[in-house]
Amino acid sequence: MTTRTVLSSDDIDRAVTRIAHEILEANTALQKSGTSNLVILGIPTRGVLLAERIAKVIARNEPGTDASQLLGRLDITMYRDDLASNPTRPVTETLIPSQGIDDKVVVLVDDVLFSGRTIRAALDALNDFGRPRAVKLAVLVDRGHRELPIRADFVGKNLPTAREERIRVQLTESDAENSVVIES
Amino acid sequence: MIKYLLSAGDLTRDQAIEILDIAEGMADVNEREIKKLPTLRGKTVVNLFFEDSTRTRISFELAAKRLSADVINFSAKGSSVSKGESLKDTAQTLEAMGADAVVIRHPASGAANVLAHSNWINGAIVNAGDGTHEHPTQALLDAFTMRKRIHGANSKGKALEGLKVAIVGDVLHSRVARSNLLLLNTLGAEVHFVAPPTLLPANPSNWKAKLHYSLDETLELEKPDVVMMLRVQAERMNASFFPSEREYARIWGFNADRLKTLKPSAFLMHPGPMNRGLEIDAISADSPQSTVLEQVANGVSVRMAVLYSLLSGERAADV
Repeated sequence: MTTRTVLSSDDIDRAVTRIAHEILEANTALQKSGTSNLVILGIPTRGVLLAERIAKVIARNEPGTDASQLLGRLDITMYRDDLASNPTRPVTETLIPSQGIDDKVVVLVDDVLFSGRTIRAALDALNDFGRPRAVKLAVLVDRGHRELPIRADFVGKNLPTAREERIRVQLTESDAENSVVIES
Repeated sequence: MIKYLLSAGDLTRDQAIEILDIAEGMADVNEREIKKLPTLRGKTVVNLFFEDSTRTRISFELAAKRLSADVINFSAKGSSVSKGESLKDTAQTLEAMGADAVVIRHPASGAANVLAHSNWINGAIVNAGDGTHEHPTQALLDAFTMRKRIHGANSKGKALEGLKVAIVGDVLHSRVARSNLLLLNTLGAEVHFVAPPTLLPANPSNWKAKLHYSLDETLELEKPDVVMMLRVQAERMNASFFPSEREYARIWGFNADRLKTLKPSAFLMHPGPMNRGLEIDAISADSPQSTVLEQVANGVSVRMAVLYSLLSGERAADV
């Protein structure tokens, strides 16, 4: 097995910062100022960590941002379409900011965008919590091979891959280092 | 993952904690405005009830519906069973109709076991009470209720180490007592049975539990964290096990005076249905220390977790 590092720790930081700014920029097109209409939901496990990082950058750059109203997590286990063919997965917690997601701009955050099935499940899950004004998608790595008509609005890095290759995202909150590695 | 839930003793500690943790997530769903998940869409769950039940059947039905499964309720009354159809024929009929899971309650001990090991049915099987034998989902929901009372929002991943549970009353006829004993042992709790000798099994020596023959003494000396009152199962009593109901209520019933002797942190459980005035009086049943209604609410979450665990990934197991 060969491994190749495609994003270093600094690359990840830069990508996260850029995504955060792009989210803010896109948001001002919908609302003059402030982030009161914005909700950032991470998809477990590493999407949650990335969402936390993005929310931190947004809170730093946009005075008056209430981080607790900005950040949440969305567990999509129960909405997957492959439950019957895979071993039972543990269910984790879903946390939606207390203001809810009705009429908000929801940004879903995940680490890798691949088939698009996770995001489809996330869209279904969102449906059960309310009716957002818009849903956007931010991912650290877009590796292609989509099986559904889904695309990301904010991408850290586009990474053409072969289907058999594996992308491993490591973040210091849960792993030894910050890096994105291709294994083939 | 498991395909049958027949006995609380079949679960390892990790499996039991996993189900309780999943139930935690299901409890969150039950708080939502839209209390429905698409998880078991297209699956059929049959509630096969040969014995009367309110909360268990409704609870399983609600659990299956909240997971988007199709539910068929079968009760022996009003079915071909009253014409003399056997369990085998009933089971094979359900199999032919494509049931993915069968939840069975039966007055004969071991009925769920027969169903599971007979090859009459390919789907998952949940024992929802078989005679005086076992009722594993009740034990799971009781453990879930205890964990929630003690650890609150931080319940995930926790067991019940060191918890002192007194189970009081009609142990002899109680499947709830048996399943609770097995699961509480697995989760590390200490079980005390408190009952008149006539309502204990003939030879309980292989049970990992302490036996007591006086409720007041046990409450005073052992200071239990949890007191679980069992229903006096008059319908299973074919002889006289105690002199009179009034005497039973006085010596073995939980009442306001006994409630005062409990530790403030201790709580009172009852699997229901309650015989008010017999094993429990109204004041203690409706006190804040009673978890009766919490147990019912938690029952739905726990049964959702059980159905999810049994039915997800089942096709992979067949391959």
